[in-house]
Amino acid sequence: MLLTERERLREELLQLIGQIGRDRSALLPLLQEVQRKYCHISEYCMQVIADLLDIHPVEVHSVVSFYSFLDERPQGQFVIRLCRTATCDMAGKDHVARQLRNDLRIGFGQTTPDGKFSLDWANCLGMCDQGPAMLVNERIFTRVTPEKVHGILAECRQMFGAHATSSPKERQI
Amino acid sequence: MDKELQPIGSETRAPASQRSRTAELLKHAKALGKEIDVSIDGNSVTVPLGTTILEAARELRIHIPTLCFHEDLCLAGVCRICMVEIEGQRTLQSACSYPITAPIRVSTHTAKVRRARRHVLDLLLASHHGECYICTRNGHCELQALAAEYGVDLFRFGRADRPRYAIDASSHAVVRDMNKCILCRRCVRTCIDLQEVGVLEALHRGQHTKVGTFMDKPLADVVCINCGQCINRCPTGALRANDLTDEVWEAIDDPAKHVVIQTAPSPRAGIGECFGLEPGRPLTFQMNTALRRCGFDRVFDTNFAADLTIIEEGVELLLRLQRAIVERDPAAVLPQFTSCSPGWVKYLEHFFPDYLPHLSTAKSPQQMFGALIKTYYARTNRLDPKNIVTVALMPCSAKKFECNRPEMCASGFKDIDYGLTTRELAKMIREAGIDLPKLEKSDFDNPFGTATGSGVIFGATGGVMEAALRTVLELVTGQKIENFFAHADIVPLRGFEGARYAEVPITKVGPVPALVRHLFPDWNWLRGATLKVGVCHGTANAKRVMEDIRDGGRFSHCHFIEFMACPGGCLGGGGQPTPTSPAIRAARAKAIYSEDHAYSVRKSHENPAILRVYEQFLAAGPCGHESHELLHTAYTRRGKYIA
Repeated sequence: MLLTERERLREELLQLIGQIGRDRSALLPLLQEVQRKYCHISEYCMQVIADLLDIHPVEVHSVVSFYSFLDERPQGQFVIRLCRTATCDMAGKDHVARQLRNDLRIGFGQTTPDGKFSLDWANCLGMCDQGPAMLVNERIFTRVTPEKVHGILAECRQMFGAHATSSPKERQI
Repeated sequence: MDKELQPIGSETRAPASQRSRTAELLKHAKALGKEIDVSIDGNSVTVPLGTTILEAARELRIHIPTLCFHEDLCLAGVCRICMVEIEGQRTLQSACSYPITAPIRVSTHTAKVRRARRHVLDLLLASHHGECYICTRNGHCELQALAAEYGVDLFRFGRADRPRYAIDASSHAVVRDMNKCILCRRCVRTCIDLQEVGVLEALHRGQHTKVGTFMDKPLADVVCINCGQCINRCPTGALRANDLTDEVWEAIDDPAKHVVIQTAPSPRAGIGECFGLEPGRPLTFQMNTALRRCGFDRVFDTNFAADLTIIEEGVELLLRLQRAIVERDPAAVLPQFTSCSPGWVKYLEHFFPDYLPHLSTAKSPQQMFGALIKTYYARTNRLDPKNIVTVALMPCSAKKFECNRPEMCASGFKDIDYGLTTRELAKMIREAGIDLPKLEKSDFDNPFGTATGSGVIFGATGGVMEAALRTVLELVTGQKIENFFAHADIVPLRGFEGARYAEVPITKVGPVPALVRHLFPDWNWLRGATLKVGVCHGTANAKRVMEDIRDGGRFSHCHFIEFMACPGGCLGGGGQPTPTSPAIRAARAKAIYSEDHAYSVRKSHENPAILRVYEQFLAAGPCGHESHELLHTAYTRRGKYIA
């Protein structure tokens, strides 16, 4: 049976709702799942979620636009967030930032053309005693140095290459 | 008579599982009748436990300024202008959202409070971009009034020197200028909670917060039904109706144009409020004089078209009933829904498109009148329809959208050229230097001059149903409606309950009147039937009724249901004067029902002008082919998904 992309998404969301619930409070866990799997929450997806939870699409958009970890536009497979608060700044986040920019050839707030990496700032990751701190998807790296950056990126690339044919979810760190 | 009590507006939009426990407990305490003493500025009052400080203060007639608070909406407590000092508490509290649970002493205007309020105002003004001189709300803006009240004499924190957002003028009905928005979220609560349409919500976070539509799309591209309730509740000029008065003036000033205005019932009941009168003072005939002085060539009464709508819609209902009962045609769609409220029509097109066949195909009175003016009136008065400019004075912003629907060109021209709101007409009258309340009275112009009380009550919720029943029952039973309901007042249909239901048994039937004899051989099939009707107002209640119909509930067994998009019906429309509140709407309703009583003819089918139109022009009678071409329409399946 031919299933369009949209029908498939709807099926998947229905399945997720079966696990999480149809309550209004299911919205956030649902959005997190979608974000994890698709690296963003599409316009159509927001409308389906609204439809299934019996709320308005603009309410879903309101929530998505409120949280920094939920995105309307596609992000890379690996979203790298570097802490920019005072202690990490003093611990040398600028050097790490320069290394990231040079290695990935993108600026902060951008995504690599191959869709593998997105670079962004974070405001305090709670690792002030171990700065500079950096988040790659859901994994935290502390005491990051420019040398370590290279290794982390290499590990990401390797993981991406090794599992290139598997489902996007398994590609995550 | 069976009534379903559903308050307008939900107290909280969160589902039961997420409602705060304290609020639940307090309501319980209130039910127990527990009372508590509170002292505000040294005045004591005893109030039920859980009363807010604001409510207690209003009881004592102590003024506390408010901005985000609105009587029709759930609490927000976000603007912080209503802060008061409570003895023994370190921080100030917002009066609108503080429930009194213990005996407290409140001060409303201490130095600390005044400083805090002024601070809040200064901060609001720092990010409010807009020039008062060129604002539609100049003179009746709540923010401006507060700035005056608190003697703001400088922009302490500077002011926005350039706009942050583009003005969204994509919609025919509502214009959004978010530079003037102060984020009180009244529009959000109106759209999501009061109307349950769900177009507006706060987007982003912190200083980037902005009230916007889904994916920040233009208003014309989202599911907005143009009801304009957000305009009525916006404290500033951030939301306004699409004002076309300049175009109307231009047409008036053009000697080649024959400018005709029709006036709906609700603006008459509301326009006085724009001239400082208390709500509920109808100025129907003064307004006619004012319109002529403004330069309109003819002033017609929309009630004429309302009477026509009743005939067309009523006959359509009888035809549907005949198909269902006599012919036992399963394709006969019942219940029939009214179609006079353009907000409701668009709501149904978006949210329940499968039910469009239920919608009466009869156009709204505004559009029927437009089609007749550019055909029947043009012909009888030897006017070229291309030189006629039709203006409609409506209490409604959605009417501006309706007259721009592509299918509304039955006359070969745009049937209605411009829709004006009550507020816009008040502006025109002021601009013409006319003091409306002191004007002498004058009547409507012929040939449509005479109207009936049935047309007038279209303005109040339940009015269309009452008018339809007056006509349908008289047509069918051959008896005076006064025999069933004293003074022809069908009181059970009146009031402000969210959804109402009534049953009218038809015990005996009379001869078929000449007007519809070609459609119905006799009424015997209706003998012993019970006519079931429903009435609801506000799209939130409409949603409840639609869900009831979908689930096979009581309303699914109805034959005819009146839906109005706005709370209170047209008299609470999005084009009516601001502010609005349940008390103001009740006063306007009273004015409308008193107007009805003043008419000598109070039933649509007795309107001599209507009978003349059927005789001279719509010769095939109600629902005949001429009327199908001019007075009936089709609807669009829109759906709620936005591309």
